[in-house]
Amino acid sequence: MTDLTKLTLAEARDKLKAKDFTSEELTSAYLGAMEEARELNAYVLETPEKALDMAKASDARLQKGEGGALEGVPLGIKDLFCTEGVRTTACSHILDGFEPQYESTVTSQLWRDGAVMLGKLNNDEFAMGSSNETSHYGPVVNPWKAEGEDKKLVPGGSSGGSSAAVAARIALAATATDTGGSIRQPAAFTGTVGIKPTYGRCSRWGVVAFASSLDQAGPITRTVKDAAILLQSMTGHDAKDSTSVNMPVPDFEKALTGDVRGLKVGIPREYRVDGMPEEIEKLWAQGIDWLKAAGAEIVDVSLPHTKYALPAYYIVAPAEASSNLARYDGVRYGLRVEGKDITDMYEKTRAAGFGAEVKRRVLIGTYVLSAGYYDAYYIKAQKIRTLIAQDFKKAYEKVDVLLTPTAPSDAFGIGEKTDDPLSMYLNDVFTVTVNLAGLPGISVPAGISQRGLPLGLQLIGRAFDEETLFRAGGVLEEAAGFKAEPAAWWRA
Amino acid sequence: MSVDEKTVRHIARLARIAVTDEEVAPLAKELSSILDWVEQLGEVNTDAVEPMASVEEMALAMREDKITDGNIQDKVTKNAPAKDDGFFAVPKVVE
Repeated sequence: MTDLTKLTLAEARDKLKAKDFTSEELTSAYLGAMEEARELNAYVLETPEKALDMAKASDARLQKGEGGALEGVPLGIKDLFCTEGVRTTACSHILDGFEPQYESTVTSQLWRDGAVMLGKLNNDEFAMGSSNETSHYGPVVNPWKAEGEDKKLVPGGSSGGSSAAVAARIALAATATDTGGSIRQPAAFTGTVGIKPTYGRCSRWGVVAFASSLDQAGPITRTVKDAAILLQSMTGHDAKDSTSVNMPVPDFEKALTGDVRGLKVGIPREYRVDGMPEEIEKLWAQGIDWLKAAGAEIVDVSLPHTKYALPAYYIVAPAEASSNLARYDGVRYGLRVEGKDITDMYEKTRAAGFGAEVKRRVLIGTYVLSAGYYDAYYIKAQKIRTLIAQDFKKAYEKVDVLLTPTAPSDAFGIGEKTDDPLSMYLNDVFTVTVNLAGLPGISVPAGISQRGLPLGLQLIGRAFDEETLFRAGGVLEEAAGFKAEPAAWWRA
Repeated sequence: MSVDEKTVRHIARLARIAVTDEEVAPLAKELSSILDWVEQLGEVNTDAVEPMASVEEMALAMREDKITDGNIQDKVTKNAPAKDDGFFAVPKVVE
């Protein structure tokens, strides 16, 4: 039999329906590939028994000609999603051994539609990071290596386990989350597709909270069509999340018409940042040419407050994180370190349970929210956020979608940026604006760097216009013809 | 430096995170460099700007005030590091 892990989600779905093979066969192929790829550290928990049980149940439904939109499709789940009875830690020591007694809304919808769970995927601790190096379970290794080099590279973050697993073909697709770029930047670093939908599209219920006004779930997949299929199942109104929007979800797969004639594509001039590598500039210009050739109209636009997005984000996100993470106190779940009294117990538990980056952000957040500083930092940042959202609104009076690079570089080496938090934060310079304004953004693999590593282009849409992202993303994907794959060195 | 060692100890106390003496100086440096960097927001005049409360242009949904969940004490306490008779157990807080 041909290697079943080579198929896209769309192909596998169709072939399962046509009974060309069973979900048990497909799932077993993935479980085998996962076993061979443990060196990548993409999974923090494999659930082979559960996977095979779910696959058999899917096969029974498929046999009867029944089954949902994802029937029998094996997926990896980021460890930020609570999965009932299956350890969920957000890759933090403080959630040691936590077994949720409930299922996140997003994952429950995947199981409703017939998907199969392969296991839980590594991520930066509480999704705080851009390289997957802050995980309590250690860094994820990017399946890609620079040409002629053996150095281990990061897969991006925080959804580094998701991006690495999809790129290494040890998950057919994966769930991910994005607070400042955590779906799109890892997708760009691994030659995969990642979409962060509009804030409110996916329920946040049962997803471990980082910064609640910015967090959104979304998929990482091999193709734009796969992203459309998986996002379809993830979205929809949920009364358990007060920020979940109650509006109809369009048919995303149908949005892939391949036709962008007359589409107005904005090029924000402020995204041409100082010190941007020439190859990123070139890729961007190439993307503009591709869309132009396909009949789109290119329009220069200005988003004047772009440079203030990252500093505003590093006030808002830590502030919300310091509040959200107050719940980890050694009382209700996870780690407890005993102390001489209850306060001592809290302080020791949190000192032992949180890693360095999480502590840094909780402390920053506590500081900016503390008496006397709230207006100067938090309110100021929320005002900047208003200006950033207004910039986008003005741009969308002239254009339908924006095209930018996804990240300012290709994948960097493990350990290269861990000593300098600020240089790590700069990875999110092109993605973080989108979270602050609550807009949808997609990253599509568009080229290969001089070092032989994947590069991505980002499309940013109007609120609730994921359809245009899939349409234009599909055209970019087709034009780029990105077919490169990492050499499977881990198979040895 | 915008954050001195005394401030680090104060916010660590507020955040209920124990810090060792060795950790305080490096933390003061790291937090200061981040806070000095966000100071650039001061360049923007925001006097007439409303702070964003939500990216969503919608009112919060109301629902009927009735119980939709409950009677799951076992599930709620299932993951507790210490429990006693269906309650979370903590060190003594009242003498």
